[in-house]
Amino acid sequence: MKFKKLVAASSIIASSLVSQMAMAADTIKVGVLHSLSGTMAISETTLKDTVLMMIEEQNKAGGLLGKKLEPVVVDPASNWPLFAEKTRELLAKEKVDVIFGCWTSVSRKSALPVLEELNGLLFYPVQYEGEESSKNVFYTGAAPNQQAIPAVDYLMNDIGAERWVLAGTDYVYPRTTNKILKAYLKAKGVKEKDIMVNYTPFGHSDWQSIVADIKKFGSKGKKTAVVSTINGDANVPFYKELGNQGISADDIPVVAFSVGEEELSGFDTSPLVGHLAAWNYFQSVESDENTKFIKAWKKYIGDKKRVTNDPMEATYIGFKMWAKAVEKAGTTEVDAVSDAIIGVTVPNLTGGIAVMNANHHLSKPVLIGEIQDDGQFEVVWETPDTVIGDAWSDFLPSSKNLISDWTAPVKCGNFDVTTAKCSGQNF
Amino acid sequence: MLRICCLLLCMLLPCNSFAESTASNPELTSAISKLPKNSLRELPKLIETIEATESPKIKTILTSLLNGDLYYIRANKQVVRVVKNTEGLYDQWHILTDEQYPAVTKSKLKKIRTNNSIRGQIKSVLALLDLSHKDPSVRLEAVKRILDNPDKESTARLKKRLAKESDEAVTQTIQVAISVAALKFGSLEEQIAAVSVLAESLEPAANNVLSRTKESLTEKTAELAEGETLSAQEKTLQTAVNKALDKIEQKRDIYSFAENLFFGISLGSVLLLAAIGLAITFGVMGVINMAHGEMMMLGAYTTYVIQQMFPELINYSLFMAIPAAFLVSGLVGILIERGVIRYLKGRPLETLLATFGISLILQQLVRTIFSPLNRQVQAPDWMSGSLEINPIFSLTYNRLYIIIFSLAVFFALMLILKKTPLGLHVRAVAQNREMARALSIKSDWVDAITFGLGSGIAGIAGVVLSQLTNVGPNLGQSYIIDSFLVVVFGGVGNLWGTLVAAMSLGSMNKFLEPLTGSVLANIIVLVGLVLFIQKRPKGLFPQKGRSAD
Repeated sequence: MKFKKLVAASSIIASSLVSQMAMAADTIKVGVLHSLSGTMAISETTLKDTVLMMIEEQNKAGGLLGKKLEPVVVDPASNWPLFAEKTRELLAKEKVDVIFGCWTSVSRKSALPVLEELNGLLFYPVQYEGEESSKNVFYTGAAPNQQAIPAVDYLMNDIGAERWVLAGTDYVYPRTTNKILKAYLKAKGVKEKDIMVNYTPFGHSDWQSIVADIKKFGSKGKKTAVVSTINGDANVPFYKELGNQGISADDIPVVAFSVGEEELSGFDTSPLVGHLAAWNYFQSVESDENTKFIKAWKKYIGDKKRVTNDPMEATYIGFKMWAKAVEKAGTTEVDAVSDAIIGVTVPNLTGGIAVMNANHHLSKPVLIGEIQDDGQFEVVWETPDTVIGDAWSDFLPSSKNLISDWTAPVKCGNFDVTTAKCSGQNF
Repeated sequence: MLRICCLLLCMLLPCNSFAESTASNPELTSAISKLPKNSLRELPKLIETIEATESPKIKTILTSLLNGDLYYIRANKQVVRVVKNTEGLYDQWHILTDEQYPAVTKSKLKKIRTNNSIRGQIKSVLALLDLSHKDPSVRLEAVKRILDNPDKESTARLKKRLAKESDEAVTQTIQVAISVAALKFGSLEEQIAAVSVLAESLEPAANNVLSRTKESLTEKTAELAEGETLSAQEKTLQTAVNKALDKIEQKRDIYSFAENLFFGISLGSVLLLAAIGLAITFGVMGVINMAHGEMMMLGAYTTYVIQQMFPELINYSLFMAIPAAFLVSGLVGILIERGVIRYLKGRPLETLLATFGISLILQQLVRTIFSPLNRQVQAPDWMSGSLEINPIFSLTYNRLYIIIFSLAVFFALMLILKKTPLGLHVRAVAQNREMARALSIKSDWVDAITFGLGSGIAGIAGVVLSQLTNVGPNLGQSYIIDSFLVVVFGGVGNLWGTLVAAMSLGSMNKFLEPLTGSVLANIIVLVGLVLFIQKRPKGLFPQKGRSAD
């Protein structure tokens, strides 16, 4: 009798222990893979906070599938190979259901093989150069045809630019983007001598001769525009030098793809007024969703001066889409979610609807904004409709026949439409 | 007849009185009322309408629109001119009547948007209005604005102005502008005459219009059928244009050489400032100080703090920051010397590692105190803009001042080392420590002061760098390598060598950059330097004598 009681008691204790363990396992783990130290910390810390804010909101609203979300934050420290290690840690050790992360293309390329090997799920929120489509990655930032190409169109048609300076930082994103832009410009009839390409190292600070070159290049009788893929804080001395050498936006406008509200915050923008940036989101766009988002962000971060920017919107959309897809699939299992998310819609913060397409890219509106003296952007042009992200550029000979379609029957990230073959090489 | 007269009077009178009372007219009022609803595409037409009213108010309206001070009140669509006041509210005035309304928050107002091409249009309109401005420099600006793209109407106005113009520079520019227009629209004789004026001008617009004429003539020749040739006059024009372009090109080459030289010297002077402190600590004392860059960073942050403390004295902040940065970095330098380096004397490897550690500590310290984000240091007004020597050659003020300043620092330091007792002690200790000690020089004390002096100068360099680049925790790292290069290239322990090395590295870089791009230019300079050091390990000006070993 006593023995029986003992067994019963211990079994109760055991079962309660088991159930407690089950409770602990009964959260959905969300991995956050953004650099919190090193050179990229400036930009990526904001995105980590955005994901945490979204998780908090989702938990307040009751979590997902009746479970709470649990963030797992790791720091890959702006060290590209470490991104692969940290991805492995998140997937193999922490067993996260989804990862939000990466900023630079090189960090994404580093994490990619691990994601494919362990069948993880990554939402990548930054504009990038395209030429990639993995079944394990969802690209919520802009592809070149959602940022660079419309910006060039704007300069060509509305500003009347005929001569082009493609200036960039020396790494993969500017180089690929400029390759695409050069091919595009040539297709539009721009001659080789009317295009000037210039690369500078990360953190370049002495812009005197480059700006003087741009000035010379621009004084040949044709309207000249600068397309800038200059990244990071090298932009500040660049714009300063433009101002000092007396180049104003109505002489030679500069359209930038990496300069947003965050980069301009705390910087005196009066010499920059009128220079342009192409994004899919600006904080200044007035819509109910946006107002709500900005308010929530300022409250979460506890700083009234903090700004919002495009990669934050991309993170927001990616998170909402993932949450919707999980609910639709009824599970967090990667393959099921990946199938369920195709066609899921989420309202953009700037109005309109974002759709996840079969090529794992979003449909987005493209906005061109002019820098104002308060560090915000004023939208001067936007695409009439949303633009579908194109993984493989139509303007590069090597990729013009390729499409990406992750739905049956194609199920391929790299499908050649002329030979109807899938190479399986997704990047 | 009488009735008609009466009617006319009746029509005129109220109009007049209205115009007097509000300094406006109905066309203008209606155009202004359309501003809030207008899209960017329709705005240029509206501006033309406003311009056509020829009301004296045009200038205020367009200037406000250009500067982005033109808003409308969301509630009643009333267009107002606003100025942000000290409390962060917006003072507002009715754009036509100048009646002041109570100040409001920004959310009550909406800006009337413009874009680049509209701003260009407004500037052209304002330029025509400014042609008769009493200040010659404003007139010159106005003519230059028109110069880029003169049309028939603006040319007519320019010709009228030319007759009245008294200022020489303005007269010349007007003549160039008229010639540009003549070459564009005129008859062949007018074109040939215009070319001779344009050949003397360095204005980019002159070059532009000449190259375009050359192109169109070449196209014309290509289109000609077999046997046909250009007319005699056209040929004269062609040779004249070619000659003029050659002439301009020659002048441009000279100026572009001068420009490269200026860029080189200005980069050199930045390198000099960064390296000169190191030339003392590394060159004279023989300490490999990896935290040298962080001393510059501290100087830059000192500038930031000074600007935060005295926000209304931005124009003088640099003068306050220079001594402050010298003190801050100098004191930190003395602390490092007293706390760490003196225990590691004669162990260069350990010194290198220890100072590298200190540099990381200082960086993290700044990250914790000021956040990892870059801080904004404002440029005083007198540091921005450029000194225009001619239309294609101008020197930016900030670089000009920096060149002068860094040379001043250099010679002041020379003076300290050569003419003061402190300098004597420093040199004595550097040459022969034991002997100096025997002569009752406190070598420990001299070490600390020397290190403080070198660090303090690095701090001053930081003040200068804050004007050129980003003020962030990584500021020092990007200059430390360059500084070592300059000191080694110039010859360790030789200040003149540092000067020559900095200037020649700067110029080499800037002359290579247009040819190779900045990435390759850096590499070439570096490879050249490595080869040079192989050949002459002691640099340009090696120290001679026993103390050299």
